[in-house]
Amino acid sequence: MTALLEVSGVSKSFDGFKAINGLSFSIGPAELRAVIGPNGAGKTTFMDIVTGKTRPDRGQVLWGERSRSLLKLSEAQIARAGIGRKFQRPTVFEDQSVADNLTMALKALRGPFAVLCWKPSAASAARVAELAGDVGLAERLAHKAGELSHGQKQWLEIGMLLAQEPRLLLVDEPAAGMTLAEREQTTTLLRRLAETRAVVVVEHDMDFVRRLNCKVTVLHQGSVLAEGSLDHVSANPEVIDVYLGR
Amino acid sequence: MRHLLLSLLMLLAAPACAQDLAQVLDANRAQIEQPSRQTIAPVIEALAAAGPQAGAVLEAWADRRLGLADGRFVIVQGDEAVDAVTGAAVRGEVRVLRPNSGVRGIIGAALVQFQLSDPDPSRRAAALDAIARRSDETHLAALRAAGNDPDPALAVRKARLERLLTIRFDPDPQARVDAIEAFSGDTGADLQAVLNPLLATTRIAAPTIPGQANVAAELIPGDDIPQDEAYRLLVEAGLAPARLAPDAQKQALSAHIVEGTVGGVPVAELSDPARRDTAYDALAEVGLVPPAATAAEAEAALSGHRFADIYAEPNAQITDAARRALNAMALRQGAQQTADLALDALSLASIYFLAAIGLAITFGVMGVINMAHGEFIMMGAYTGYVVQTLIAGRTLSLIVALPAAFIVTFLAGVVLYRLVIRHLVKRPLETLLATFGLSIALQQIAKNIFGTQARPLTAPAWLEGSVGFGEIVSISTIRVAIFVLALMFLGLFLWIMNRTRLGLEVRAVTQNPGMAASMGINPDRIAMLTFGLGSGIAGIAGVAIGLFAKVTSELGSDYIVQSFMTVVVGGVGNIWGTLAGAALIGGLQKGIEVINPANTLAAQTWMILLIIIFIQFRPRGIMPTRGRAAEA
Amino acid sequence: MLIRKHPSVLVFLALLAVFTLAVTLMSEAYGSGVVPTSTVKTLGKTLCLALAAVAMDLVWGYAGILSLGHMAFFALGGYMIGMWLMYARTGEIVAATLASSPVPPTAEELRQGITGQIFGVVGSTDLPLTWSIAGSLPMQLLLVLAVPGLLAFLFGWLAFRSRVNGVYLSILTQAMTLALSLWLFQNDNGFRGNNGLSGLQNIPGLSHVPQSVISIWFLWASALLLAGGYLLATWLTAGKFGSVIRAIRDDETRVRFLGYPVEGYKLTVFTISAMICAAAGALYYPQAGIINPAELAPIASVYLAVWVAIGGRGRLYGAVIGAVVVSLLSSWFTGGRAPALDLGFYRIDWVNWWQVLLGLGFVAVTLFAPRGLSSLVDALAGLRPPRRRGADLGPDAGALREKEAEA
Repeated sequence: MTALLEVSGVSKSFDGFKAINGLSFSIGPAELRAVIGPNGAGKTTFMDIVTGKTRPDRGQVLWGERSRSLLKLSEAQIARAGIGRKFQRPTVFEDQSVADNLTMALKALRGPFAVLCWKPSAASAARVAELAGDVGLAERLAHKAGELSHGQKQWLEIGMLLAQEPRLLLVDEPAAGMTLAEREQTTTLLRRLAETRAVVVVEHDMDFVRRLNCKVTVLHQGSVLAEGSLDHVSANPEVIDVYLGR
Repeated sequence: MRHLLLSLLMLLAAPACAQDLAQVLDANRAQIEQPSRQTIAPVIEALAAAGPQAGAVLEAWADRRLGLADGRFVIVQGDEAVDAVTGAAVRGEVRVLRPNSGVRGIIGAALVQFQLSDPDPSRRAAALDAIARRSDETHLAALRAAGNDPDPALAVRKARLERLLTIRFDPDPQARVDAIEAFSGDTGADLQAVLNPLLATTRIAAPTIPGQANVAAELIPGDDIPQDEAYRLLVEAGLAPARLAPDAQKQALSAHIVEGTVGGVPVAELSDPARRDTAYDALAEVGLVPPAATAAEAEAALSGHRFADIYAEPNAQITDAARRALNAMALRQGAQQTADLALDALSLASIYFLAAIGLAITFGVMGVINMAHGEFIMMGAYTGYVVQTLIAGRTLSLIVALPAAFIVTFLAGVVLYRLVIRHLVKRPLETLLATFGLSIALQQIAKNIFGTQARPLTAPAWLEGSVGFGEIVSISTIRVAIFVLALMFLGLFLWIMNRTRLGLEVRAVTQNPGMAASMGINPDRIAMLTFGLGSGIAGIAGVAIGLFAKVTSELGSDYIVQSFMTVVVGGVGNIWGTLAGAALIGGLQKGIEVINPANTLAAQTWMILLIIIFIQFRPRGIMPTRGRAAEA
Repeated sequence: MLIRKHPSVLVFLALLAVFTLAVTLMSEAYGSGVVPTSTVKTLGKTLCLALAAVAMDLVWGYAGILSLGHMAFFALGGYMIGMWLMYARTGEIVAATLASSPVPPTAEELRQGITGQIFGVVGSTDLPLTWSIAGSLPMQLLLVLAVPGLLAFLFGWLAFRSRVNGVYLSILTQAMTLALSLWLFQNDNGFRGNNGLSGLQNIPGLSHVPQSVISIWFLWASALLLAGGYLLATWLTAGKFGSVIRAIRDDETRVRFLGYPVEGYKLTVFTISAMICAAAGALYYPQAGIINPAELAPIASVYLAVWVAIGGRGRLYGAVIGAVVVSLLSSWFTGGRAPALDLGFYRIDWVNWWQVLLGLGFVAVTLFAPRGLSSLVDALAGLRPPRRRGADLGPDAGALREKEAEA
């Protein structure tokens, strides 16, 4: 199986502080992966590098069947290549309606002129309604996103990610601020999504990770400390030492 | 006249010489009365040798003030006359002698020699001055004949003058070249005045360039000189007929309109230049107008002749030496001007630094752009003006004005913060616009109070004048003072930020407001104080700027864009960045002014363009805030 | 389609038509003559300013780019049309003078005559290269859009590419207009230095038509252009494109992660807005009669921002209201027609104090009514049924009005 995303030997330092240090990581086209690690382990920087927000000092980030390097691409180009990212804090456009938010995220040509010529069609309206139904916002399509509750915003953002139809989803702490029931729902969704695409979940919450029941990568000081099932890495003394033990 | 009295006194003191003079005068009475250019020389020599008092006589003779009264030589002074030998007053009819200009020239030359060996150094200096002002070839001989001057300073001057005159008048070309080369390394204006005429050229057109001519440059028409200009030279030299000017053609055509046609061409078609030529040619064929030179003829005339710039000085060796000397001189002057320019740029940079430092504090620490910053500068300047009208002593009023300006603008800043800015936290663009609204209001208020005319803010006497380094480099004392002031503020800022509690708290708030607040620091208070501090510094900058610029209500807006540029170019949140930004902008502006000295507008245009391009490559300024925070 | 979705457009167009008709019927040329020609010109100019404000609202209110150099595009449009006006008009005069000579003038003589007339003031005898097509109206009309558009495109491309934004971008745009005005101030650049271009109110070929009639024609043209610009701006901001630029204003980074090339959008909006501004300027300056580099001073562009802010940004009609109200008030106060206020100890003469009032009023609007005068319109609209659920978190004219239509 060829990897969908192949990160090898990546390093990045900020003012001498090595946020990422020789990190290597790879994920297949349909796989669920949890990335855990203590604060400052480089989880966020790792996502920043993959999505093009931060350029690494060294290393390679290769994408897709044709092993295209992502390092030369802008954030928007990487997003169009099929990498979606969900932020820790829900970031939706509060001043626009749920339907507008979803419409904007729908997979379509992204250039300014293509967008100017874009017209809503029956198909696009149906797709928006379907996505809203998926994330439980069917009733609130005409409402402004700012009127939604925190959890609903999380769902809206997930809906927007789905609308993008990414091949790789990077999810930053999805469980934060969710009720138990919502967590359950999220777990199910993530597992379902991972059947057709790659999903990387960055998470603090061990319970949540356990529920995901997937391969786990432990980061520490900017590099991979251990990788395997949760039980496997939990048994690793080093991991216990730096993270789980505390 | 004083010279004259002096010499008259000396006349009394030296009766022996007076005897000589009287004898010489008597012996040559006829010659002196009716001088002729051919024979007068020995008489003048004899007179000149008759002792120092003879100088007065020669001078008077040359000035047509020497006369005869009762057979005695007298010198006329205004309405009175004195005896030329004894100096005693003489009454009676005086017949003034009127030597012709040739004779007077010879007298003058003798007089110069006479004056150059005058025992009184001030007279010798005066003689040198006179020669330096206006000289001819006789002076060269006089200078050489006069020998070394006992006074060392005068000796140096005399030697220099002698060499300058050698360059101009010596018949031996080698001596002239040697004299030019002896001046190597000199940049004196007198030397330039001597060398430049040597390189004067005239532009000639001729079938061939004369063999003996000292050619500066041969000119190819179309490349070195415009074709029209070259043809004009040919016409002036009588080598080619004048070409038909469009106006003349038009006049000729309009003079020969016959039944709506000219030379067979209908008038309506004459708007076409080609048709006009046809019409004119037709007229010329029947002899109604003189034939015009055709383009081909003009072309042939141009290619058949040669054009050149010819030196008036025939000797190529001399012109070469002069050109070398002038080039070397230009090089040295260039170096000195560069130094001067560097100083200029430095003082400009200090002004920008002063104007921008307050802005840098508010922008860097609080992320707030204060568009009214320029008006705070203006407020400071007006405070200085008001203080000056209240306190008479300029030095004292300046000493009072600086803290007064600080207090006024500090308070204004604090009020602005409390009333406006704290309500617009995290809305930088709206802060920018609100402070802009304030800026128009403040400007108009200042206009209403102080009027539109400029108010003077006079510097104390000890700040007037300038400090000089060398001949060309000099810098006005005010600018030095501003440089010092800028340094003081840099020091003050560093001290406040790094050594005081306030600085510590400011840094804490800048880096992490939430954490700072939890440590018991009141971010609101810190922000207010910072804003006040930045505004107060603007006030002091205002006093400083007011000292050399006119205080008007637009004073602030003249500096605000440059101040913004300084902060933006330097990088936010770093005093060294502001310093670098000020240096870059000041240097750039002066540098561009050198390339195009006549046009400061162009200089500013290019500077702004360069800055816009600079921002492309360093969007966060010269000294950006680094780290992960900057990437977010 | 557009109008069904945005009934406010219809209201706006109707009001504009009524206004234009009313002024026409009261004008000296076509009506009772109650409104003098000078006022007609002022009103026509105000419509052009309103269009510039709409363009400003497009970049600032919708795309979040606070450009403090937009008047540069406005004035450039004026310069481009002014070149033709001045050249063609001078050409007529020169031709009339030369016609007295028995021999008809050549094209070269005509050009030299025009050059002498236009550039004599700056001591130049050669026609600058930039004027080589000044005699052609279609070419200059093309330049009205092309030159400011190209400048905006180049500037925007440089600035957005290096992700200069926020306050930095504002300062940079201010520097741009300052540089341009300083450049135009130079005598040797072919735009007559600080003399600017003058006599623009004389329209070539229409010397027999009185100014009172021309002013009405220009009013109609300005109203038409404003209507067109308003429709264009509505179309741009209504659909998905509008959605994307508002999203860019609110969270640029997030839009990037959605895969939209943010720079391209900003550049498109900035360039289109500059071109709208330029078109407005091209109609404004023939009514003003003169244009000089002072029109490009940074302060003018900041006033444009002030109008939009006072009117209420993020709403196109807000921009129009702001520009109309502030510029008319401004000419009323500075025209000396406002009665002075006597405080007993001090007499407030509005010619001198209007700027102060404007400045402080602007501060007050920023502080207390960030949505500007148009919030009054909203309040009036709010009296009628539509319920406004939740806070109106930002300027979104479209959604609100959509509900109004249904109600």
